[in-house]
Amino acid sequence: MSLTKSERAIIMSIWDKIGMQAEAIGTETLDRLFSSFPQTKTYFPHFDLHPGSPQLRTHGSKVVAAVGDAVKNIDNIASALTKLSELHAYILRVDPVNFKLLSHCLLVTLAARFPSDFTAEVHAAWDKFMSILSSILTEKYR
Amino acid sequence: MALSAAERAMVRALWRKLGDNVGVYATEALERTFLAFPGTKTYFPHLDLSPGSAQVKAHGQKVADALTLAVDQLDDLPGALSFLSDLHAHKLRVDPANFQLLCHCLLVTLARHFPGDFSPAMQASLDKFLSRVTSTLASKYR
Repeated sequence: MSLTKSERAIIMSIWDKIGMQAEAIGTETLDRLFSSFPQTKTYFPHFDLHPGSPQLRTHGSKVVAAVGDAVKNIDNIASALTKLSELHAYILRVDPVNFKLLSHCLLVTLAARFPSDFTAEVHAAWDKFMSILSSILTEKYR
Repeated sequence: MALSAAERAMVRALWRKLGDNVGVYATEALERTFLAFPGTKTYFPHLDLSPGSAQVKAHGQKVADALTLAVDQLDDLPGALSFLSDLHAHKLRVDPANFQLLCHCLLVTLARHFPGDFSPAMQASLDKFLSRVTSTLASKYR
């Protein structure tokens, strides 16, 4: 499963807008994740998960920054995310099901913030991209 | 997995805003589903699935009418949707995974059109509502 040229172009085309609101988007994504799917909170016993908490904002920024790294290295995402892939495999061990939930919440956040940019084509390309990211993050699990 | 009074109120409030346009949003959700998840098209060999197709619009309206019925009959979804659960169980046999894909696209669509109303709490209520509808539709599969 790899991205076509036009999918890469589409993904990069809205990245600048996303990058400018990185912390807010990351935070809102996590907020949505924890509201719709409370079981995901079990991975964060060490956090204050109230909406707007400093830890959530920091973590939200980290997540969007990682997505940004993948966008900037869209021709070789696996090598850009090697460290994260190892982190998830050996330490975090987040059940792969949760990546789908996070991706879903990110896409809902993007749709709410960029309604006219988030056409069906952009939606499809970003869904595929997030799917690729998720497989890379879980590929070293076993 | 019953909806709390607050969750019902949120779903009904949004549905009132959707007014007569539920069909428009359901159609957009279907178009996004077909584009992002082409495997779903295999259930519709008898329809013209090209963008703007009148048949997809008509199908979107059917989906919309069923959801509106569900919103009106939140107290008895199995009763209200009995005909549809039989249809899906004995004839359509849509793999339940696909319901998740359509629900995802519906939430993205609604987030785009009603960003100010689409808080994490609203998303969670809608997600739970759609979850109840889809389990009702799959309830007679076996």
